Amino acid sequence: MHGLLSILIWLPIVAGVLVLLLGERNIAAGRWLALVATLLTLILSLPLIANFDTTTAAFQFTEHLPWIPRFKADYALGLDGISLPLVVLTAFITIFVVIAGWTVIEVRAAQYFAAFLIMEGLMIGVFSATDALLFYFFWEAMLIPMFLIIGIWGGPRRVYATLKFFLYTFLGSVFMLAALIYMYVKAGDYSIASFQKLPLTLVEQRWIFVAFLLAFAVKVPMWPVHTWLPDAHVEAPTGGSVILAAIMLKMGGYGFLRFSLPIAPDASRELEMLLISLSLIAVVYIGFVAIVQQDMKKLIAYSSIAHMGFVTLGAFLVYDIVRNTGSVQGAGMGLDGAMEDMLPFGRLSGAVCLCVGVLYDRMHSRQIADYGGVINTMPIFAAFMVLFGLANSGLPGTSGFVGEFLVIIAAFKASFWYSFLAAVTLILGATYTLWLIKRVVYGPVGNDRVAALQDLNGREFLVLAALAIAVLLVGVWPAPLLKIMQPTIHHLVDQAIATKIPL
Amino acid sequence: MPMTDTIMTWSSVQPAIAEIYLVAAICAVLLIDVFAGEKRRGLTSTVTLLALAVGAALTVAYGHITHHAVLFDGMYVADELGYVLKLVGFLVVAVVLLYSRAYLENRNILRGEYYVLALTALLGIFVLVSANSLLTVYIGVELLALSVYAMVAFDRDSGIAAESAIKYFVLGAIASGTLLYGMSLIYGLTGTLDLEQIAVKLHSPVSLGVVLGLVFIVVAVAFKLGAVPFHMWLPDVYQGAPTSVTLFIGTAPKIAYFALTLRLLAHGLGGTVTEWSQMLSVLAILSLVVGNTVALVQTNLKRLLAYSTISNVGFIVLGFVAGTPSGYTAALYYTLIYVLVALGSFGVILLTSRSGYEADKLDDYKGLYQRDPLLALVMMMLMFSTAGVPPFVGFWAKLRIFQALWETQHFWLVVIAAAMSVVGAFYYLRVIKLMYFDQPTGDAPATVRSTGVRVVLAVNAAAVLILGLLPSALLDLCSRLIR
Repeated sequence: MHGLLSILIWLPIVAGVLVLLLGERNIAAGRWLALVATLLTLILSLPLIANFDTTTAAFQFTEHLPWIPRFKADYALGLDGISLPLVVLTAFITIFVVIAGWTVIEVRAAQYFAAFLIMEGLMIGVFSATDALLFYFFWEAMLIPMFLIIGIWGGPRRVYATLKFFLYTFLGSVFMLAALIYMYVKAGDYSIASFQKLPLTLVEQRWIFVAFLLAFAVKVPMWPVHTWLPDAHVEAPTGGSVILAAIMLKMGGYGFLRFSLPIAPDASRELEMLLISLSLIAVVYIGFVAIVQQDMKKLIAYSSIAHMGFVTLGAFLVYDIVRNTGSVQGAGMGLDGAMEDMLPFGRLSGAVCLCVGVLYDRMHSRQIADYGGVINTMPIFAAFMVLFGLANSGLPGTSGFVGEFLVIIAAFKASFWYSFLAAVTLILGATYTLWLIKRVVYGPVGNDRVAALQDLNGREFLVLAALAIAVLLVGVWPAPLLKIMQPTIHHLVDQAIATKIPL
Repeated sequence: MPMTDTIMTWSSVQPAIAEIYLVAAICAVLLIDVFAGEKRRGLTSTVTLLALAVGAALTVAYGHITHHAVLFDGMYVADELGYVLKLVGFLVVAVVLLYSRAYLENRNILRGEYYVLALTALLGIFVLVSANSLLTVYIGVELLALSVYAMVAFDRDSGIAAESAIKYFVLGAIASGTLLYGMSLIYGLTGTLDLEQIAVKLHSPVSLGVVLGLVFIVVAVAFKLGAVPFHMWLPDVYQGAPTSVTLFIGTAPKIAYFALTLRLLAHGLGGTVTEWSQMLSVLAILSLVVGNTVALVQTNLKRLLAYSTISNVGFIVLGFVAGTPSGYTAALYYTLIYVLVALGSFGVILLTSRSGYEADKLDDYKGLYQRDPLLALVMMMLMFSTAGVPPFVGFWAKLRIFQALWETQHFWLVVIAAAMSVVGAFYYLRVIKLMYFDQPTGDAPATVRSTGVRVVLAVNAAAVLILGLLPSALLDLCSRLIR
């Protein structure tokens, strides 16, 4: 098992460099190399699940090599119940990105695949780093491939979108870096565990919390720093949108769970109202915004923001639950819900993006008004789109339901009004999704171009079918996932409600 | 104080082998250039490179020193810092000369003067690096400055080069004047020129006279570094000088000016650290703010890099503001990284330019990726590095500065520096955008294709990546060099 995580990180990166070296002339070989590398990464990540010890919150599959001895910063990797599912999700989703771009990308295809492969390695690195400096290293390095992906293969306003994306996230993360260095100076090393143990006064915690908030709120993105996402999401090529919605946004949520709650618990308790309010605004207001979108991808982008509002809501409910019920039991439910919401939502939003991609590749339009009656010419596609749409709006029996349900119950334990507002999203989510489906999929054939559409080819069918199975599987049988996360969530609740203020 | 031995023996001058050899090499190159004649001008270039290689080899063989030794009646200090910086100097100047060869040939300005002046400037750098007395500091500063003034003007048919040379010279002369005046005040109040003696004699709280002298010295140092508000010469000289000279000015002298700040302020006037660190913090903030914001609106790449230099100088100065060995280490590390990245960036400009085509406007870089993928890739890596994005080495340089500032509780400086590096990221990204996202304009001539230079450039970029992935060795070295 030793070294497996390193392989998962570096295998895609090395493959990416090889694809780049093969160049545009050997693009056929490059494509297959990319596919083999991503499949291999997923296969290699499966032993992680099989051998994962679900009785402990400790990091597993750890690796530890000195990296910068002077700073006591190590090349330290490990997985716990929160990061394991995210690593597997990353390995899973990237395969579809590669397949989705198979013939669609015509210019600089080698670089396209290389960028996504390198991206995959870096994302796995983010989730598996247990050293804060290493985490930041991967976290920032990830911006480079994404910047290029949006900028080179994006839509008409790609330059604006990609610059906005980069600068927004960069602004957030620089302050996180400052906070990390501050804690290093106090703690003497960069391991996340020692940051979590470091006693900090309330004032220090507040500043650190704000620095983290800047980084993670931008990434999630939370209202009001969400405006980069609709731009980036719309302009990015299909693969880029999938990665953005399915994985990069999750990193914000992951950051809150890994850094904000355990490192600054007292500040989190103090500022929970702020976070809960921002999350509820995202859920309700952005839900309304999503309804009126004319552009399919923009609609998905706003629905992602609303969804992520659920995640941050679930994460910060823990204090209210403890206060109201007086017990630690059940306090983790919000966190469970947050994680349950992030993971399937990863697959779902990815799937919906891919559906839109399928349409876009044929019609080169994302405007809802250009479609109508797609079911008449593309019945198989329509079935998938309806399935993913329903799952996205949280239909019981699909993976979208579990997380939302958990978060709403947790919200009820905290306050009636939280759960009321959170539950509104079920209506809003159904509204924008079903209305989108009604306008695009059903009805009479909208125009001649829709009439000329071809149904899914084998490649597309394979991708969507695999995702559909995953969506249904987690929906009916969420227990294994909950079991993996359980000890880690318990540990996290303990960390989050303990105080770190030195006496 | 015991008198030092006035009889020179080999062992007493051995640590100064680099300087002694370089003087001989300058004379040799000068003579070879005279006798080589117009036809075989390439010979001078080859001989100079050879001379630099031999110099580096001699320094490694005889000049290596791990302890602290004072030579020539206290005028000259030999230590490991000086040793390493001299080797870096040899290397940097060699790379500069390699990069500039094609550019000079294309414009018919491949003249011996360029090489001789580069060597005399290098000698000035060496003198500064090893200076242990106010007098040696001044000799080094002037030797370096005079060589560089002449280099800026050496393309005699270029009006803009002559203009910037005069501007540089006049302003530089004023800076030299303030430096001398400050030194004279310090000398008058302490009675010694020896930096180590001064360090012993000056302690806080100091008299008003010392502070006055200090102000003049700080102004001169700020001018040399190019810190705001003494930066006016920098954009004009960077833009006006032939690009090969800009490459020289932007790299090798920075090492010397780092050493100047370290030896003069941090060591010699170390007793007055509270006074000068306040002055420097103002300079640093101004440099960061002005450098980054003005760079946003530049349309000329050389000018943009000039303002980027100013903002980088702001970071280097921040290291000194910390006023601790950790801060000086951070400044040294930042300087070395900056020089490495600047070498590559100006190198790309040199390889993109052809005769009659300066390639100094930002628009000249539109679609560079399609015209020359290697140059575009190198430039992209360098730009991300300067912006401070991992996995490139520029990230560690910034991190090291932040760390030194946190250790000394400079909260607001961290915030300002962090915010300004985001502003800076924008114009670096803009260069990448032009190269990668835009289409080429069509009439641009082909880039320089000679293999040798391109290999050096690729190695330069690879160093930026490798030092970024494994930064430990260089960080350790820098910590060891600062006493």
